[in-house]
Amino acid sequence: MEQLRVRVVNEVGLHARPAAMFVNAAKSGKSKVRVRNATTESKWVDAKSILGVLTLGVEKDHEIELTAEGPDEAEVLAKIGDLIRSDFAA
Amino acid sequence: MLKLKGIPASSGMAAGPAFTYAQQEVKPERRVVADPAAEWRRLEAALEAARGQLAAIQAKAQAETSEAEAAIFEAHAMFLDDPALLEMVQTAIDEQHLNTEAAWWDGIGSYAAEMEGMTDEYLRARAADIRDVGQRVLRLLAGQAEGDLAALGQPAIVVARDLTPSDTVRLDKKLVLGFCTAEGGPTSHTAILAKALALPAVVGLGADLLKVPGDALLLLDGDRGELIVDPDDTTREDFSVRSGRAAHQAEIELAAAHEPAITVDGRRLEVVANIGNPEDAATALRYGAEGVGLFRTEFLYLDRQTAPDEEEQVTAYNAALDVMGERPVVVRTLDVGGDKQLPYLDLGREDNPFLGWRAIRMCLDKPDFFKIQLRALLRASPGHDLRIMFPMIATVDEVQRARSLLDAARREVIAAGHPVAGRIQTGIMVEIPAAAVLADRFVPVVDFFSIGTNDLTQYTLAAERTNPKVAHLGDPCHPAVLRQIQRVIEAAHRGGIWVGVCGEMAGDPEAAPVLLGLGLDEFSMAPGSIPRVKVILRGWSFADAARLAAQAVDLDSADEARALVRSWAK
Repeated sequence: MEQLRVRVVNEVGLHARPAAMFVNAAKSGKSKVRVRNATTESKWVDAKSILGVLTLGVEKDHEIELTAEGPDEAEVLAKIGDLIRSDFAA
Repeated sequence: MLKLKGIPASSGMAAGPAFTYAQQEVKPERRVVADPAAEWRRLEAALEAARGQLAAIQAKAQAETSEAEAAIFEAHAMFLDDPALLEMVQTAIDEQHLNTEAAWWDGIGSYAAEMEGMTDEYLRARAADIRDVGQRVLRLLAGQAEGDLAALGQPAIVVARDLTPSDTVRLDKKLVLGFCTAEGGPTSHTAILAKALALPAVVGLGADLLKVPGDALLLLDGDRGELIVDPDDTTREDFSVRSGRAAHQAEIELAAAHEPAITVDGRRLEVVANIGNPEDAATALRYGAEGVGLFRTEFLYLDRQTAPDEEEQVTAYNAALDVMGERPVVVRTLDVGGDKQLPYLDLGREDNPFLGWRAIRMCLDKPDFFKIQLRALLRASPGHDLRIMFPMIATVDEVQRARSLLDAARREVIAAGHPVAGRIQTGIMVEIPAAAVLADRFVPVVDFFSIGTNDLTQYTLAAERTNPKVAHLGDPCHPAVLRQIQRVIEAAHRGGIWVGVCGEMAGDPEAAPVLLGLGLDEFSMAPGSIPRVKVILRGWSFADAARLAAQAVDLDSADEARALVRSWAK
């Protein structure tokens, strides 16, 4: 299992377009990916669920925690990490 | 055969199949099922159909509005494939043997409720998106696939309870033959849209309209305010003869539309168009408009998630101004309030949005937001006769504050290195009785008045224009409205400024002679009304019209005033 903790620097947080891009990145691999809002200590949700991700209420400067389990767990988390750190420029 | 009577809202006749726009919420029934696998297959089929609908809407939004707007529908499509939602639905079907509709709506409801409980305003607003998607699937499960206006696949007459701007924004207008609605009055959005598109419309047809089957043949008469469902052969023939004659008459009027409107005693009137987006400008010219008397700017702001920026607005204004060349174009600044919800502007919900914090009242309280529009207008002005009009003005002080914001915007635009036209006329909508009564006090601070007779009538008679029960009171030919128009025109002419009417009244064949007689300078109306009104104005002398108007202001009711016009016209 791989883990990642990252700060969301995007102006609107994980809403709208960035939320969709985040979910698409999670869906790109075969691994099971879970995410929670560490700042608000939210519940864990399926990172491939746009509805779940929206309910985390991730705003700018919140930190999120991710876990991935599966054949491409490291790649998927690296991809998500890059996406967030690049401010969703991809 | 069934005949329904409503309120004539836009002239013309049309025959074609009904396209029922179901806006009523589908409430799923709840039952235990024997075959969960079959329920799941039904859901998968409905989801697949919903994906197809959303892809089509998304493509249309992308082509016609913007990438960002299309992204909203992309998110809608993602809700359909959401693994957590689908797992919840499947569990309910498999383990509780719940029917598809109830299982799906439960899942949608639980996420929507969670979103509604959140502090973030943007996320709270997404609850409506989730329910929207949920309803789309329920409609498909119920076999009501026709409920989406964007799904209009063939030329048809749109049948609906009422239509809002967000309902019609994704409508393929080339496929619409006409509109009929159960609710709404002659100044409802449906009526305004139909007139802008020069399509027939009848509103206020009553609840029976909604029972019209989806494929019924309809005959729509926008002049008589009549709708015939499943006509017999004789009725169809009679309708086709009458509609042929009307089309011939319209052709004759259109042939003379590009000539000016000059009365028999030589008074020239300015006949211009009301438009709601840049595309309407070309239509306006085709119908003989000599300019634009009312360019509504709400199209820039509605049905989107973020406010339009300065660049986008400049582009939109230029698109209309370029079509109009040197002809005058009167742009009305943003007119929204609590009856519309814009996600990026906290307008709040109000009990009486038409008496509330709207239009110039809201804009003056949000000067930074308002100045974006003012700067964009100023940047679009060079080389054109752009005029700026403030809506919903009640006090002289509001005009002064709006003008000082406009001055500040001008300084900012010039400082940023953009050219601005030297002289830009600035005026107000006269639509609140306070401004009409006190017109002489406003003359020194404006270059023109444009009388918004729809609102002036609604405020004068205290009759909400969207309420069918009081629609009969809201006739601008009421002498109480006519006297205010008279007062405004007299005050303006004493002070040497011009006056227009940009409400539906200016395009009303019975009201136009009265306005002529009251001394009106500019008649602004839906493009489709221009040819006929020009023909009417050319048939009168100003001297006769003045006598007619003098009699009309001394009557007791709008009906008497209309009867008077008809008796003169004979």
